[in-house]
Amino acid sequence: MRSLLNFLVRIHFLLLFILIEVFSISLLVNRNSFHKARFVNFTRQVAGNVFVKSNNLKQYLSLTEENQRLAEENNRLLNIIESTYKSDEIFFRSVNDTIFNQRYQYTSAKIINNSINKKHNFITLNKGSEQGLRPEMAVVSEGSIVGVIKGVSNNYSTVISLLNLDLKISSKIKKNGYFGPLMWEGQGYQSAILNEIPLNADIQVGDTIITSGFSSIYPEGILIGFISDFTEKGGSFYEIKVNLSTDFKSLDNVNVIGNLLQTEKLNIEKQAEQND
Amino acid sequence: MIKLLPRYILSFILLVFLQVFILNNIQFSGYINPYIYVLFILVLPFETPKWFLLFIAFVLGLTVDLFSNTPGMHSSATVFMAFLRPYVLKVISPRDGYESETLPQLKHYGSAWFIRYSAILIFAHHLFLFYIEVFRLSEFFATLARVILSSLFTIILVLISQYFYRRDIKR
Repeated sequence: MRSLLNFLVRIHFLLLFILIEVFSISLLVNRNSFHKARFVNFTRQVAGNVFVKSNNLKQYLSLTEENQRLAEENNRLLNIIESTYKSDEIFFRSVNDTIFNQRYQYTSAKIINNSINKKHNFITLNKGSEQGLRPEMAVVSEGSIVGVIKGVSNNYSTVISLLNLDLKISSKIKKNGYFGPLMWEGQGYQSAILNEIPLNADIQVGDTIITSGFSSIYPEGILIGFISDFTEKGGSFYEIKVNLSTDFKSLDNVNVIGNLLQTEKLNIEKQAEQND
Repeated sequence: MIKLLPRYILSFILLVFLQVFILNNIQFSGYINPYIYVLFILVLPFETPKWFLLFIAFVLGLTVDLFSNTPGMHSSATVFMAFLRPYVLKVISPRDGYESETLPQLKHYGSAWFIRYSAILIFAHHLFLFYIEVFRLSEFFATLARVILSSLFTIILVLISQYFYRRDIKR
């Protein structure tokens, strides 16, 4: 017994190292449960506060560009108002939509932390569960895709950026509807790869790629990007390189989309699977 | 020994701050990223208990992780580096060993020794970190290039930092 204890004391450094290393790597592998852990919620709150401060400084430095963007946005909105008043038809239809048929709800949020240089990039937003944000909501910027909300605390939320090896997005080619998963390959922040498009699909450089709407997170038809290159892979599928339309380096304000019918859709899909 | 404590706490906070808010936002040519926070482990006193070395490395790595949303990535790499530190110190020790009352810093043991010491540990840390970040071997050489370039940047920053606190303590 004593010699065993002596032995343990002698190798305690190695044992402790292995223990801590296993713990760290299990954190890494269980990324999902990490984001749900309560102490992470607390640190998200703290980190969020600090990021707000540093972001305020950064914002001050880019006031000119921000002003210009706001002016452009104002112009665009003014144009929309004018056109709504001109046509009664559109006005009525939009009222109908909100009462009977609204599926998606939009809200705006501001990015307070963002990265593009890692393999697993995340974005932090300045709104959280108290402002109605929930995990699994979609994030877009000026009509093109940004990411999916991963975890929320009271006033902040973390978004998995499209520039993250863990995120796959169901997308399709706009002109003929062929769909497949799109994911980032870790090569630069401007391009991603679309897989599983069969060889008989007619595609050309410059074709538009949009979300397919199958995933219950994204509405159909949100812009992802344009085909920049494609090659045959494995004999029966194309591997398509897509130029992303979102400029992840200059993101500032985003819109968050909540799917009002998400739970209903997931429930019915689950039911169908169980009946099988 | 105990009089160094406030200095180490301060440098912990300063290094994490520098890493998270400045260096994580800097990219040289796309995706080369220096990780200066390992300096904290490099300059801990020789007499630091080994178990404490691992523990403080884990805390340091986890703090950086929490700010960059990468659970376990920095902490595992930093713990790996802390594990290697006693062995590296033993292998490259000067002929008559380490004197008491000194720290593993450039001003005590000269630049040749310090560059060797920090280069080995920083390279080990970056190697572990970048491969665990990619988590596959398909981009082996691209990752290796990132490891080497980022290590170079980190080593340069660590050397610069040594000249900064050369002045502050008079012996």
